[in-house]
Amino acid sequence: MRRPASIRRRLLLQGIGVAALLALVLYLAVRGVAGAAIQTVQDSVLGTATVVIAEELRGGADGISVDIPYAAFSMLGAVGEDRVFYRILVGDQTVTGYPDLPLPDVVPGLTPAFYTVPYQDAQVRIGAVGRSVLVDGNRVDVTVLLGQTRTAQAVISAQMANRAAGLGLGIFALAAVLALISARSVLAPVHDLALAVGRRGPQDLRPVRRAVPRELVPLVAALNGLIARLRSALDRTESFITEAAHHVRTPLATVRMQTEVALRQARDDATRASLRNVIRAVDNAARSTGQMLDHASVIYRSDQPTQDALDLRVVLRDLVGQMAPTADMRDMAFVLDMPVGPVPLSADRLLLESALRNLLDNALKYGTADTDIEVALTPDGCVTVCDRGRGLGGGGAAALTGRFARGDNVGDVVGSGLGLSIVRDAARACGGTFTISPRPGGGTCATLHLPLR
Amino acid sequence: MRDLALALALTLTLIGGLFARPALAFEIEEVATFGAGAQVVSVLSTTDAAVFAPVIAGYLETRPDLAVRYTVANSQQVYAAIARDGAPFDLVISSAMDLQMKLANDGAARAFDGGAVLPDWARWRDRLFAVAQEPVVMIARRADFAGLPLPQSRADLVALLRDNADRFAGRIGTYDPAGSGAGYLFATQDARQSDSAWRLSEVAGSLHPRLYTASAAMIDDVQSGRLALAYNVLGSYAAARPDPGMVVIQPADFTHVLLRTALVPVTSTDPAAGAGFLTFLLSPQGQSLLAEAGLPPVSDTTITAAPQLRPIRLDPGLLVYVDPMMRQKFLTEWTAAVVQP
Repeated sequence: MRRPASIRRRLLLQGIGVAALLALVLYLAVRGVAGAAIQTVQDSVLGTATVVIAEELRGGADGISVDIPYAAFSMLGAVGEDRVFYRILVGDQTVTGYPDLPLPDVVPGLTPAFYTVPYQDAQVRIGAVGRSVLVDGNRVDVTVLLGQTRTAQAVISAQMANRAAGLGLGIFALAAVLALISARSVLAPVHDLALAVGRRGPQDLRPVRRAVPRELVPLVAALNGLIARLRSALDRTESFITEAAHHVRTPLATVRMQTEVALRQARDDATRASLRNVIRAVDNAARSTGQMLDHASVIYRSDQPTQDALDLRVVLRDLVGQMAPTADMRDMAFVLDMPVGPVPLSADRLLLESALRNLLDNALKYGTADTDIEVALTPDGCVTVCDRGRGLGGGGAAALTGRFARGDNVGDVVGSGLGLSIVRDAARACGGTFTISPRPGGGTCATLHLPLR
Repeated sequence: MRDLALALALTLTLIGGLFARPALAFEIEEVATFGAGAQVVSVLSTTDAAVFAPVIAGYLETRPDLAVRYTVANSQQVYAAIARDGAPFDLVISSAMDLQMKLANDGAARAFDGGAVLPDWARWRDRLFAVAQEPVVMIARRADFAGLPLPQSRADLVALLRDNADRFAGRIGTYDPAGSGAGYLFATQDARQSDSAWRLSEVAGSLHPRLYTASAAMIDDVQSGRLALAYNVLGSYAAARPDPGMVVIQPADFTHVLLRTALVPVTSTDPAAGAGFLTFLLSPQGQSLLAEAGLPPVSDTTITAAPQLRPIRLDPGLLVYVDPMMRQKFLTEWTAAVVQP
């Protein structure tokens, strides 16, 4: 499988590529400029030396006198130990120096003319100066050629090129580091957005509201559109379930009533038994639809929970009060253990009540008759409901909190399998946690941890 | 050992002379062959064979497969042999730095890559290399300076000669630049270094100096009492002949240091042989053998320890006085100053 393309790597590679290109350009530019500069400097030294020699040419009654200053030659070899060639002409006659040193194409004047020619197996740069002197009253043209090999220029060029290469490498390294930093900083908003979206809970379908760079706005808009569509699909599903439950519940009530009437009138034992089975099935269906409604409303509300200021003691006591008659019918009782002071929390009342009601309901349903159900509340927001019932069965706690999941030991009790799932979802929407565990000595303990205000 | 080597050399020279050899146009003073190896290293030098014999013997001990044919000529002839005749020597050693420089500058020297052992001032590019350094000194005869301070610089000497013209008339010796390559080099370097050299020339000229073509002859005459002072003498010659009656003075204003230089000419038929011998001369063993032979080794520390020592620079400036017009002009001026009626 191909690895997914990385924007960061691409940014980095492009940055490094551009840096390498710039370093190369810099190197070539410095080398070119340095070469030209050295040529200019060398030429000016060569030109000065040529002019100095030309100026020392003196006319007189008995011909031209030549006086080559020692320093004129000495300084030419100062940098690169260049070889030196010279030629002095009077008219067309070479009076001294190297008679085969090439002449310039044009007749030189007082300003040195420079040209490069191959001479004696080397490239030689020559400066040429021409002037006139008076010999015995006559004007005579003299030409001075002074040449040097290009060793010094090559030596300095090589040094400059090395430095330019060092500079280029340094800039390249710096740019590579900067490219790394910049790639990271450019991608930081993307990274943050991904983290923020990834951190959301499974039920969190709120649109993304965080500020993002302009380039990410279309992505966030698309994401929000997707979330909105998902949400409306969920809404439709939930409302469909609610509608369906309503539509099923009313006919079910009619069926039950009619069946009871028929049961009362029936004389045949077999018929009565089967009618009782019908009533039992109808009860089961009615209860399941009720739970489905409850579950749908929990799911719906948990997207946008309200924050009601509540006292957990009051909520719990009211619920226990409401359910006490049902407990009486089963010869069971709630034993309440409450702290003295209030237990304040901020939560959605309906969600909280759904969670607690289902907990209590479960304890009633699966508890053994003639036992107490112990309901304890601690000041730190921990509600524990313990029964002496049949326990969790073979599947363990995790298997029981899924939707429509039921224990393997509850076949005789009417149930939808939604109860613990509602508790879990409601607890999560309130920011709390739900755990269920076997109780020592038989039965089950369900614990709901709720964050206090 | 040395006598044996000499005897062998002379014998071989005589034998060599029996064979018909193409006549070379330049003037040879002496040819000596050392060793009996099949491969012959051909050396052209301005230094006497007797001086170089122990150095060559040392080399042949390390390379018994070689023989060295050592040809001696004066510096002008050495230059002419390579530049004009294209004589096929493998190594050229000369005390005439200017002519050696001219050879190297004009492309007559091959590249040699063993010169990195030398200080920068002792080589020119990869072509010309100093094998020995020799200060150029004054020699004074102690007896003739009784009651006078010994001159420590050229200015001292000018004052001394001017104030004691009677004592020194006819008893000053120096090189004749027209007749000696080394003398010409020293005189031109003097002229280039300072104006006091011209004043010295004029003051000495008024005392009718004697002119020589060799350092040895000047030292002979100082020792015999014919000269009171010899100016611009090769220090190595004086050091080789110590004499309590003779004082060697290195002028404090500046003391030229002559570099005896070597190059492998392009005319060589076996440049590797020449380069091999040059490598030996520059090696610690070769340098110590040269020192024993009276040719001081090239040393940066010697130069930095004595601030008056100024090695004559191996640069194209040396070419100036090789120019025939410049030479003529200089000799004319020098003669006018020194040779006074």
